[in-house]
Amino acid sequence: MNFNLTLIGQMISFGVFVWFTMTYVWSPIMQALQDRKAKIAEGLAAAERGHQEKALGEQRALQLLKDAKSQAAEILSQAQKRAGEIVEEAKVNARDEGARLVVSAQAEIEHETNRAREELRGKVATLAVAAAEKILKKEIDARAHQSIVDDFVRQI
Amino acid sequence: MSTAETLTTQGYIQHHLTQLTLGVSPEHGFGFAHSSQDAAAMGFWALNVDTMFFSILLGWLAFSFFRKVAERATAGIPDGGQNFAEWVVDFIDENVRGSFSGKNPLVAPLALTIFVWVLLMNMMDLLPVDLLPWLWGQFWSLFGANPHHVFLRVVPTADPNTTFAMALMVFFTVLYYSIKMKGVGGFLGELTLQPFGVWGMPANLILEGISLLSKPVSLALRLFGNMYAGEMIFILIALMYGGGTALAVTAGGLQFVWAVFHILIITLQAFIFMVLTVVYLDMAHQTHH
Repeated sequence: MNFNLTLIGQMISFGVFVWFTMTYVWSPIMQALQDRKAKIAEGLAAAERGHQEKALGEQRALQLLKDAKSQAAEILSQAQKRAGEIVEEAKVNARDEGARLVVSAQAEIEHETNRAREELRGKVATLAVAAAEKILKKEIDARAHQSIVDDFVRQI
Repeated sequence: MSTAETLTTQGYIQHHLTQLTLGVSPEHGFGFAHSSQDAAAMGFWALNVDTMFFSILLGWLAFSFFRKVAERATAGIPDGGQNFAEWVVDFIDENVRGSFSGKNPLVAPLALTIFVWVLLMNMMDLLPVDLLPWLWGQFWSLFGANPHHVFLRVVPTADPNTTFAMALMVFFTVLYYSIKMKGVGGFLGELTLQPFGVWGMPANLILEGISLLSKPVSLALRLFGNMYAGEMIFILIALMYGGGTALAVTAGGLQFVWAVFHILIITLQAFIFMVLTVVYLDMAHQTHH
């Protein structure tokens, strides 16, 4: 309980500890605290921005969805129109084809008719000659009377 | 109190209040004091080794911890140690900001040092009052020393040397900043020109001088008195252990209650020392009343 050299010693110790704290302890820790404060503020701002961006994104997504729906509807209506057109075209084609087939069949029929007529004409000529031969039974020069026969044949 | 049989009550108390003093004794020459009279006879040129040892050990432990934290302090997620250190630093910073209006990079670290160091030194009071002195005596009795003449006081703040050393350093700092901020004239003017004006100069000087000098004295005595009284009560409670079963049980309860109450006192005293230091420094920085 006496005042002695300890007083001086403790003054020095105290001074050294204060100097040490001031130089090596205080500022790094305060720096870390301030840095963290800034970081937290930054993080909060970023979160705020994120929220805004999310809202914007949602809006954009909705817009995109709406556009896509209207596009799809448009494509659908176009497709329906096109389908109608194709059906119409097919009908027209079928009608044309039918008409063409009818025409060609008629031509064929005519052709056959003509051919049959020719054939019949030839046969009639022969028959006429044979009949004439039988009727006349005299010498008839086929060569001399050919023109008469031909004339007959033509009249058939 | 293992040595109660061979000690009187007075001797026990005396033993607990004697520092481990190293110096030149007129009786025994250079060495540790053999009694409190011996310690007193060593005069000024002696060293209380226990006070120095425990205060520097505690300071070293505390500030090397803080230094370790400061070295790897990150702005990211703090670990346990950093969390604790930051909590303390933040607490001190808030207090300094609350009572110190100027700008001075010394004040906050000074406050931190005072609070942490004083708190730790005060905490030594919570150790059982006989524990370390008894171990110390047993240790020296291995070398043939009489444990009754081996002294150890473990609470550095119950030694007025410590409290006055800190108060004087604070006082010098206050004087330094008073003169630095106000100039020699301003400081002397503050001491002599108020509150009664130029014609009341002697009265002013007496009033302001007392108010100035009372700052370090009250600062030192407040802490010393609280810790000394606290230690004394622990010693008195410890004395009861030697008085039979009933007294020993009572002593156990009392010791617990006083220790719990003392937790409040040691924290409060450390805090008061710190806050008053900051307030005194703030007054030193104010250029007018």
